[in-house]
Amino acid sequence: MTPNQALETQPVIARSPGYWHGVIKRFSRNHVAMGALIVILGLILMAVFAAYIAPADPIKGSMLRRLKPIGTPGFPLGADELGRDMLSRLIYGARLSLLMGLSPVPIAFVIGSLLGITAGYVGGLTNSLIMRTIDVFYAFPSVLLAVALSGALGAGLTNALISITLVFIPPITRVAESVTTQVRGLDYIDAARASGASSYTIIRVHILGNVLGPIFVYATGLVSVSMILASGLSFLGLGVRPPDPEWGLMLNTLRTAIYTQPLVAALPGAMIFLTSIAFNIVADGLRGAMDVKS
Amino acid sequence: MTHFEPISPLSVLDPRDRGGPVQPLLTIQGLKKYFHSAGNSWFGAQSVVRAVDDISFVIHKGETLGVVGESGCGKSTTARLLMHLIKPDQGEIIFDGEKVGIDIPLTEFRRQVQMVFQDSYASLNPRLTIEDTISFGPRIHGMYESKARLISHDLLARVGLDPSRFAGRYPHELSGGQRQRINIARALAFNPRLLILDEAVSALDKSVEAQVLNLLQDLKEDFGLTYLFISHDLNVVRYMVDRVMVMYLGSIAEIGDGETVFSTPVHPYTKALLASMPSMDPDQPTREAPLSGDPPNPINPPSGCRFHPRCIMAEAACSQKRPALETTRHKKSMAACLLQNRDTPIPFPPIKVSGQ
Repeated sequence: MTPNQALETQPVIARSPGYWHGVIKRFSRNHVAMGALIVILGLILMAVFAAYIAPADPIKGSMLRRLKPIGTPGFPLGADELGRDMLSRLIYGARLSLLMGLSPVPIAFVIGSLLGITAGYVGGLTNSLIMRTIDVFYAFPSVLLAVALSGALGAGLTNALISITLVFIPPITRVAESVTTQVRGLDYIDAARASGASSYTIIRVHILGNVLGPIFVYATGLVSVSMILASGLSFLGLGVRPPDPEWGLMLNTLRTAIYTQPLVAALPGAMIFLTSIAFNIVADGLRGAMDVKS
Repeated sequence: MTHFEPISPLSVLDPRDRGGPVQPLLTIQGLKKYFHSAGNSWFGAQSVVRAVDDISFVIHKGETLGVVGESGCGKSTTARLLMHLIKPDQGEIIFDGEKVGIDIPLTEFRRQVQMVFQDSYASLNPRLTIEDTISFGPRIHGMYESKARLISHDLLARVGLDPSRFAGRYPHELSGGQRQRINIARALAFNPRLLILDEAVSALDKSVEAQVLNLLQDLKEDFGLTYLFISHDLNVVRYMVDRVMVMYLGSIAEIGDGETVFSTPVHPYTKALLASMPSMDPDQPTREAPLSGDPPNPINPPSGCRFHPRCIMAEAACSQKRPALETTRHKKSMAACLLQNRDTPIPFPPIKVSGQ
């Protein structure tokens, strides 16, 4: 029996696997991206179960064991400038660092997409109004803007998160606007309008499905930027306060030890690097997997 | 088992028909669309593109009206204006005796007039399956999903695609010809009376094009359709149409019975256009291009007759007075040329045109 006959005798409708099914399949074939995803999941698990994994208290230190090098018995990754166990602090630090890296992005994603899709779909004066306002924020470098905002709001974790969220809204809006403008010009939107669909239906059925993917990929890439910004804010004393463990803050307090214990001082930086590169690789993998033609 | 009852051909009266067979299905009066370039709206003078400049014509019930012309002559803009995808600056569109937007609501008009676009890929949502794309229209007008799905399967079968193989597919899995069949099926989902085909077969290769053209001919009979057939391919137009409209720079140069216009064209532009068709006879090759250069910029169209800078017949009067459409001598067409009633006949191709 030839394949054609098989298809003709088949009574049921041959259904192509859904779009997301294909995305997952293509993503799972990308070993580097899968590796990065496993690293991220590992970091999240580490943060959730920090209390069970960490060998020591991350806050309690002792002046007797200050700045121990890596490999000291009892302190596998050494001890910091206040004699606290580095391994435990790095494990607990994943909690705050991931919180600060992950939470601003979804909020900015929702607000930015809303603004950008509105601007892109409605066009005209609404577009100019939204996009020119966004341009004002673009005049400032993102780090400076985050510092200024969180300085104005006052130091603290919540305010740092708010300021990072605000910093991310303009770039996401801009990406959303450009993708939406592009999709809106395609003939299938005209075809939908010609069948009498309302703007709401067109956005829901035809715009969102084609626009959210690229915006999502862009936003995923922002997670690493968010972590770095958060670390920067903590470094400047605008985010997390001591003695809470957070990688950016740890990098800050350990900088005085850079000449005596450079490897220990570099550890929090290495964690930030690992996390942000993992998120970037996952974002890149997603971008590839979402391309239907690949 | 059919779930989709097409309204019978014109011989039997369509229940939606109001004015009888003599009343035109679509009457366009004084349609105008100027595009304002927004590029330098703050500084300097705004430039205005006269895409469609005061055109009037009718489409009779059951006919195929062809629209031909060079790129940028306003063919597609006219189609989009008719679909109300862009707002006209001026002009009336009357559908079967009812003014669109006043006597007949736009939503009802859009059920009866549908459009097939040139780019078969861009006109399908890549994220929707074929059956979702076809049933989208009926669904938004309140049809149950199961019924809309059955209709989409029927329509797929009618455009020559096996529903069991294609209904669940995505556009990127299909060929250009298959995609265009799906676009036709989607347009038919409303059981329209008028189908606007905007270069619907231009992007297909020749063998597939012929299949789709034959499909369109069959569907026209089965569904009792009227076609507005826009194309730049004169051979295809000649094969398809009952009447033809020749457009040049946003206005109508000549309109009339298809065979007559193709065999005895009156307007010099129509003649040049016909002469530009590659010769199929090896003994009489097309020796030189009858029309040289590009059409003038519609931002700053020539005065008087739009065609006079490229016309070999042009006289002084042509650059001053804009000709109106007048019935030609053989009474079977109308042409917009000041010289059409002269005794000396306008020479047939090849027309020589001096350089721009």
